[in-house]
Amino acid sequence: MKKKLNRTFINNAITYAMVIIAFVVLYSMQQAGMLSRTIKGQLIPVCVWIVMAVSLNLTVGISGELSLGHAGFMCVGAFVGAVFSGVFKATMPNETLRLILSMLVGGIAAGITGVIVGVPVLRLRGDYLAIVTLAFGEIIRNVLNCLYISMDGGALFFGFSNPSLPGKLIVNGPQGVQGISRISTFPMGFALIIVTLIVVLNMTNSRAGRAIMALRDNRIAAESVGISATKYKLMAFVTSAALAGMAGALYAMNYSTVTGAKFKFDTSILVLVFVVLGGIGSIRGSIIAATVLTILPELLREFSDYRMLIYAVVLIVVMLATNSPAFKQFLSVVKDKIVGLFAKKNREGDAANE
Amino acid sequence: MSEKKQTTMVPYPSHAIVPERDVNKKPVLEARHLGVEFGGLKAVDDFNLIIGPTEIAGLIGPNGAGKTTIFNLITKVYQPTMGTILVDGRDTAGMNTIQINKLGIARTFQNIRLFDKLSVEDNVKIGLHNQMKYNAAAGVLRLPGYWKQEKRMHEKALDLLSIFDMQDLANHEAGSLPYGAQRRLEIVRALATNPKLLLLDEPAAGMNPAETAELMENIVKIRDTFQIAIMLIEHDMKLVMGICEGIAVLNYGRIIAKGTPSEIQNNPTVVEAYLGKKKEG
Repeated sequence: MKKKLNRTFINNAITYAMVIIAFVVLYSMQQAGMLSRTIKGQLIPVCVWIVMAVSLNLTVGISGELSLGHAGFMCVGAFVGAVFSGVFKATMPNETLRLILSMLVGGIAAGITGVIVGVPVLRLRGDYLAIVTLAFGEIIRNVLNCLYISMDGGALFFGFSNPSLPGKLIVNGPQGVQGISRISTFPMGFALIIVTLIVVLNMTNSRAGRAIMALRDNRIAAESVGISATKYKLMAFVTSAALAGMAGALYAMNYSTVTGAKFKFDTSILVLVFVVLGGIGSIRGSIIAATVLTILPELLREFSDYRMLIYAVVLIVVMLATNSPAFKQFLSVVKDKIVGLFAKKNREGDAANE
Repeated sequence: MSEKKQTTMVPYPSHAIVPERDVNKKPVLEARHLGVEFGGLKAVDDFNLIIGPTEIAGLIGPNGAGKTTIFNLITKVYQPTMGTILVDGRDTAGMNTIQINKLGIARTFQNIRLFDKLSVEDNVKIGLHNQMKYNAAAGVLRLPGYWKQEKRMHEKALDLLSIFDMQDLANHEAGSLPYGAQRRLEIVRALATNPKLLLLDEPAAGMNPAETAELMENIVKIRDTFQIAIMLIEHDMKLVMGICEGIAVLNYGRIIAKGTPSEIQNNPTVVEAYLGKKKEG
């Protein structure tokens, strides 16, 4: 038991340590003005995509359901968060508080959407579930694309395809939310990553997480020992949606405008690529893949036209390399060495204690 | 198992038999005129059975007789199209697998269904899911309830694994265990749900004679320690005749004989179902 607990514990500790060290280094470099404009502009998006990848991994890797509509939940979070921030701009001058509340509200809204989508969708399995989540993702985006919201005095007005609402328009149909105050910060992005990691990793190693994984491994057996498939599949799906909503809110408030067009089907696929490339079910892999694949296109800008070509080649090479037995062998040897190093220290510590 | 004495079986109400010690207790399972049809094919027809609360019952029959289908009907993997099933005197009409398990029926599977990628201990802990509860928020926030219940779960899991001397395998991946150990782990997982009736679907399949002998002792031990009923499907006649008290023989979805092991062994209908008719002359 001790050995196994240590193994999970060390694995998680490495993930946390990796994120914290990366943040400390980048943050001090940012404060010292050592970062290029390109990198600086990518700090918050990287945080957003890491949260998106880790939360999708909860659905795809831990719960085992292929969801292709993750961008839809991000979209809900982005719009709700941006509107919330806009409405309370005057009454809540503290930007950090407003950002936190906007992310929470965005997360809750996306979570509720997750329940509405999840209840019918999780009755399906495999390919059917993938297709229907894809459709729902598009439906959410398209609904928001023709939504108009205006504020007059203290009241909010809603309308579809009708921009002639009283007062000032906050959400302007296909033009999205405009004039967002850009209050997202890199430390807040880092905080959101940590929250996501705590939720996902702690959930995985608890009663609920075991039930979710049991349903993934063998649904009939899980039901035979009294585990409700509906409840736990939905729990994973909604948690994943809520985290995506929070990431969406952070994303929206990093720009002055957010439109539905940013959350198309290809965004869902992009996040899925992070998850698959990092290894399905591997949280650390998702983090690394999201980081590298977000920064790579920016770094390749100088190749202009060949940029996406190189991006594609890198993707293919990484896919091939991570699937080759020789490379896997190499990775596992390295990992065992690192874990063994920690475990050895631990054992020595134990021995000293006894 | 050589000194095993045969249980006296007594008639119970009229159409069934139970062990003498169980005659004044409520039966744990009662099936009345149970049947299921798959598109006109009657897989099980007019199945009647009563199992006493501490009985070890056997269900035997040639391949394709419908034995596993009976288990699937009892655990509501299939909904019966005819008849009723009473668990502890309660009608189970309209219930699903999860509710049946909460009522106190746990099972193993003919083709092993473990949670392959999880550890042996986690497999048992999943069985304990409805026994020791804390909510998901306590798990995420690591509240005191989490630590307390996880510790109890860990102890209980090792306790249950020790029935089969498997506590040393707790950290192994369930899918990597040898076949016999996987079968035993399935029984432990089922036991973890605190059942009143344990359904074992071919528990000795793929085991060697030594392992089977050990399994027989363990099945009786489980019944004695937990005071539960066990119903098993098995082709190993040594096991069935050795530990079962009441046996039902199934052929083409119908019960063709019921009785004690010695009655079944001497029943000409059973011999015929297994070996075919004796040639005249």
